[in-house]
Amino acid sequence: MATKTKADPEQAIERAKLDKILNKYKKQKGALIPILQEAQEALGYLSEDSLSYIAKATKRTLAQVYGVATFFTQFRLEPIGKHLVRICHGTACHVGGAEDIDASVSGHLGLSEEGGTTEDMEFTVEKVVCVGACSLAPIIIVDGVAHGRLNADRARNVIKGYQKQK
Amino acid sequence: MSKKARVVVGLATCGIAAGGVSVKDELGREIRKRKLNVDLAETGCIGYCFAEVLVEVEKAGMPKVTYGDITVKDVPELIETHLVQRKIWKDKALLIQGRRTPEADFLKRQKRIVLRNCGIIDPESINDYMKSGGYDGLKTALKNMTPEEVRAEVLAAGLRGRGGAGFPTGQKWNFCASAKGADKYIVCNADEGDPGAFMDRSVLEGDPHAVIEGMIIGGYAIGATHGYIYCRAEYPLAVKRLRLAIREATKKGFLGKSILGTDYSLDIIVKEGAGAFVCGEETAMMASIEGSRGMPLPRPPFPANKGIWGMPTNINNVETFANVPWIMRNGAKKYASIGTERSKGTKVFCLTGKVRRGGLAEVAMGTTLRDVIFGVGGGIKEGRNFKAVQIGGPSGGCLPAALLDTPVDYDSLPAAGAIMGSGGMVIVDDTTCMVDLARYFLNFTQMESCGKCIPCRIGTKRMLEVLNRICEGRGETGDMDLLERLAYDVKDGSLCALGGTAPNPVLTTLRYFKDEYRAHIFKKKCPAGLCVDLVTFHIDAEKCTGCGVCVRNCPSGSITGEKKQPHAIDIETCIKCRECLRRCRFDAVYTV
Repeated sequence: MATKTKADPEQAIERAKLDKILNKYKKQKGALIPILQEAQEALGYLSEDSLSYIAKATKRTLAQVYGVATFFTQFRLEPIGKHLVRICHGTACHVGGAEDIDASVSGHLGLSEEGGTTEDMEFTVEKVVCVGACSLAPIIIVDGVAHGRLNADRARNVIKGYQKQK
Repeated sequence: MSKKARVVVGLATCGIAAGGVSVKDELGREIRKRKLNVDLAETGCIGYCFAEVLVEVEKAGMPKVTYGDITVKDVPELIETHLVQRKIWKDKALLIQGRRTPEADFLKRQKRIVLRNCGIIDPESINDYMKSGGYDGLKTALKNMTPEEVRAEVLAAGLRGRGGAGFPTGQKWNFCASAKGADKYIVCNADEGDPGAFMDRSVLEGDPHAVIEGMIIGGYAIGATHGYIYCRAEYPLAVKRLRLAIREATKKGFLGKSILGTDYSLDIIVKEGAGAFVCGEETAMMASIEGSRGMPLPRPPFPANKGIWGMPTNINNVETFANVPWIMRNGAKKYASIGTERSKGTKVFCLTGKVRRGGLAEVAMGTTLRDVIFGVGGGIKEGRNFKAVQIGGPSGGCLPAALLDTPVDYDSLPAAGAIMGSGGMVIVDDTTCMVDLARYFLNFTQMESCGKCIPCRIGTKRMLEVLNRICEGRGETGDMDLLERLAYDVKDGSLCALGGTAPNPVLTTLRYFKDEYRAHIFKKKCPAGLCVDLVTFHIDAEKCTGCGVCVRNCPSGSITGEKKQPHAIDIETCIKCRECLRRCRFDAVYTV
């Protein structure tokens, strides 16, 4: 995990956000997962600092919290780009050519087949398994909005649309 | 009855993905522009996913019409034709009330119990649900029946767990009812993780109250004090509609303290999953609800005795719960009259892949695969040939054309090597490579294995390596035997159903598509032309018109040829990116 020393004021803002979330779940038993979900929502990703802060507040070891954060695919330990592109690799998308879509989108953004984040921090591409909209396969989800019935060209055009928004 | 015309747009996730929100906005603009007196509403998914976006129009003096494949551009013509000129726009009419249309078969061949309200009511309105008989089942159960009677009724109905295992629901409830504990939990498993399955999402988005009502009835039957709905975080719309439904049901007195004035109380909380396939397994799900890594535990103790926080816990699937209100309202006898001897009621399947009419298909148990795929689904797209149906997701199997007459029920499918599973049916044609499909599923289970049991963690990885080398043309004599041996080791040595069923896609493809494995291993050929390491790309000189599209788009510059003369691909420099195959409008590019 990348450790970054942050300027104190930034850390204070982050911790205030975390305190608000931790307070909300103070009385709920076993609320670690919703806490991590909301923390990620508020901060974009789970830094080492956030994880140890949450661990202390919920009276768990950092190892336990880290264990949960790395078990579930939803959690990210690295910051992501402005737009999150999720390429569905469900069965229907797979037989409909998800690999082609992936190659086209990642290639267009200059990323490897594994996805990742562009250098300008504009786009993060990740693979997901089935978003449950199989009849519109192959499908990608950009910032929570689904785009279905794609092919390699159309998928690239969808991304170009987001690039123009800048 | 008001004579006001009504326009309804299907806005489940799939409708939204197809552009449903823009269509609804455009409809609103057009209606305002023309100053028409029309109600514009939204509904869940009726299951005609292949024809999204769907718009239903009701106008006095005209039959109700469901239009399909509507885009923003179609909106003015739709409004003009139907609402102004009072004519049916035949080009886009999918269903016309009282008339036979080709697409009417899709619904006519179904038997809808679970999906009774999906695509019909407004899922965000509890009043709409109540108007269609909603919460009547709960009233019957709480006011006229004891918990024992409710359990006996569900047992007599023959309802079995729709999550895949098919355990009798009434019996499960009996176990939990007789367990002692200060608290008792009733949990709805909405962690629909099978790729290719979305029926639970459709029910949650289209009829959330049906699931909640089923849970309250179940809670009453076992004496539950708290309820959880464990829903995938990938289904944000379902989570939103569930939370709204819970608030509304609480306001009406169906949830909370002293439900309907009786001394039964129950609260329900929605828990969002965080993305782990294994959490569909009961004990892993409970660990996740408690805030730990979702890893399965050995059983016994069973959740019914020692579940969440050590208290008796009963977990049922979304579809199971959605059946319960119907059973309470219509009686066990009527429910048990549907289906086969040992599998009662209906099952919802998600038809996807190369099927013509992909979508939600709810059919009586015992219907044959052929009736589902060809009857409801309308056969294969683009006039191609049926090759196999992958049923039951990563835990299921691939069945060939010879087994199309297998009835779908809890006994016949396992006998063929597949399972009912959650109900995903991915139909594939001759362009899909079965070895690659098996590899796809193994890659999935290998990634999703929680790592606790060594046979599952390492076994699936080794199986994947073997499949990878077969697909890459490095398959060896004996690989098929090795795969089979590993498959049984993984099956026998794993604690939970993930490992116990993970080898099924490999075992069934080995059983029914042995020739394809042989072609890969011994001839180094992929009959479907999909495994890139085993194919070369060529241009059919007779079909090629020399238009030059492939030349311009070939990233490696491997295609040459004069204008209007047949082109050729240099297989030495070709990087097999498929760009030419995809772009050729004359079907001239082929693989060998």
